[in-house]
Amino acid sequence: MSTEAPHIPTSPGAPPLVTGNQTFASVTENICRITERKTPPVWYLALGAAMSLLLVLFGSIGYLFWEGTGIWGLNNPVGWGWAIINFVWWVGIGHAGTLISAILFLLRQRWRTSINRFAEAMTLFAISCALIFPGIHVGRIWVAYWMFPIPNQMQMWPNFRSPLLWDVFAVSTYFAASLLFWFTGLIPDLATFRDRATSKIKKYIFGFLALGWRGGNRQWRHYELAYLILAGISTPLVLSVHSVVSTDFAISIIPGWHTTIFPPYFVAGAIFSGFAMVVTLTIIARKLFHLEDFITVNHLERMNKIILLTGSMVGYAYGMEFFIAWYSGNIYEQAVFLNRAFGQYAWAYWIMISCNVIVPQLFWFRKLRTSIPVMFIASLLINVGMWFERFVIVVTSLAQDFLPANWDYYRPTIWDISTFVGSFGLFFTLFLLFIRFLPMISITEVKAVLPQADPHQGGSHE
Amino acid sequence: MNKQIMREAEGMLAEFAGPGNLLEAAREMRKAGYTHFDCHSPFPIHGMDAAMGLKRSPLGWIVGLAALFGTSAALGLQWWTGSIDYPLVISGKPLFSFQAYVPVTFALGVLLSAVAALVGMLALNGLPRLHHPVFHSERFGKFSDDAFFISVTADDPLFDAEKTREFLQHIGGKNVEVLRES
Repeated sequence: MSTEAPHIPTSPGAPPLVTGNQTFASVTENICRITERKTPPVWYLALGAAMSLLLVLFGSIGYLFWEGTGIWGLNNPVGWGWAIINFVWWVGIGHAGTLISAILFLLRQRWRTSINRFAEAMTLFAISCALIFPGIHVGRIWVAYWMFPIPNQMQMWPNFRSPLLWDVFAVSTYFAASLLFWFTGLIPDLATFRDRATSKIKKYIFGFLALGWRGGNRQWRHYELAYLILAGISTPLVLSVHSVVSTDFAISIIPGWHTTIFPPYFVAGAIFSGFAMVVTLTIIARKLFHLEDFITVNHLERMNKIILLTGSMVGYAYGMEFFIAWYSGNIYEQAVFLNRAFGQYAWAYWIMISCNVIVPQLFWFRKLRTSIPVMFIASLLINVGMWFERFVIVVTSLAQDFLPANWDYYRPTIWDISTFVGSFGLFFTLFLLFIRFLPMISITEVKAVLPQADPHQGGSHE
Repeated sequence: MNKQIMREAEGMLAEFAGPGNLLEAAREMRKAGYTHFDCHSPFPIHGMDAAMGLKRSPLGWIVGLAALFGTSAALGLQWWTGSIDYPLVISGKPLFSFQAYVPVTFALGVLLSAVAALVGMLALNGLPRLHHPVFHSERFGKFSDDAFFISVTADDPLFDAEKTREFLQHIGGKNVEVLRES
């Protein structure tokens, strides 16, 4: 038995996956050219801006370590503020990369080849940003290692029955597995870079990273199975990570959090925001690097369809939360939801509804979902909306707890804002370095979906 | 060819026009009885495993064992730390509650499987290996661009500088060259 993926011909009449009459050589040339040509000045400008924001992040974290979490806007009922919102938001964004690289691979969606590398990189950088927030939120940062089961002088172990500890394992596994998957995909492309390298230093670096890849079929057969297995194990992983994140909330007894709809609702929201971020970044990158032949409007349209689907699932979940609050007969649950829609944070609730439920409905119309300006603005609005979703969940449920005497209004401080803004600095610094030095589209996989890659073209099978 | 010592041939390399030709040539190589040959291409070619007569990769077994080890180690760790070494009742939950242990068990199972998939793939492929006879060829670097090659190493029982060259040319190989250290 052969281990390679069954051969799926593109259906007749479907738009081509890659346009511009590409040959194998032109694919190599077009993708490698981006990293081989002289560094464009705009890249330096962008990197300078991103690294300035990164300094803002370092400064904010430094002051936090010095002073403590009191510099944030946390108050007595609201013990979880922007840090948790940002964590959930960034982890959610990461989900699109794994969905594209793993689930769409198993579903034989060949259009994923043009965007998977890019989206996987985005995943890694988004998780890096996410991991910062719970890490710095622990307060006594010097004992952060207590999160891991390390034998210690206190003879104590972490509490494995706590969802917060599950989170540590789920998110760090997610990062590690995504990194391994990404690197596995990169190996043949690193060999291309090695073989094209002109300077000695590049020859050494890419030669080392490509590990001596020879592209022989005796290697490809193990490689393809490794890729398939990684896709197979990443598929339940991507669904589990945000489910585990949602249990941080759902396993508590806070009204508005204590609900079984949370895991699927969080996963749908994560994929929704992740695809929105991929669309935002893809539109910029394809324009900037002239990749219109590789990332066609067809690719963007398919992503918008996924945004429409997951956005509608999120909208359904919002509705269902209200229904359950009414149907359960639980007055605390009902009070929380009435408060969300009409209370002191109603403005945040309606921003969330407009951006997450109404905006994606534009994509029912073909004209709108194939229009670059429309999808660019929509994707930005969706990520704003998804940030507010987490704000609504975290803050509205906490600000008015069981005792009215405890109620308070939560406001962020300048340090909350600077840490969040600074996390974009980390994200974009990593992203800019990635697009400058590594192939942002998978050279190998794009070649494999070209029509001339089919060894049986025009002939009979076997 | 004025060198004092002509180094020994380590193998032979032939270039083919496209994926279809490479697939045909692989069948011919196998039919002729060659065993130490490989087909190099910029991307995996559908049907090549059958053409070369390769069996299914055993990687699945390696990953399966790693997954089994990861999940049982995770479950064992949670059971031992929570029930034996440091038993502590929290919110009235039982000391060993397998439901609560599922997420970490799953995560560690996935983590070890992912590591095993990459490390196992590299080990089965004998990588990292930065030195190989095919790298003696100047042309070989094009395999990662748009060229298709068959290489035969000198340890193949059928390898013969003359006969192998003729055979490779006969099955459509171009630019046949002997691989030796320069």
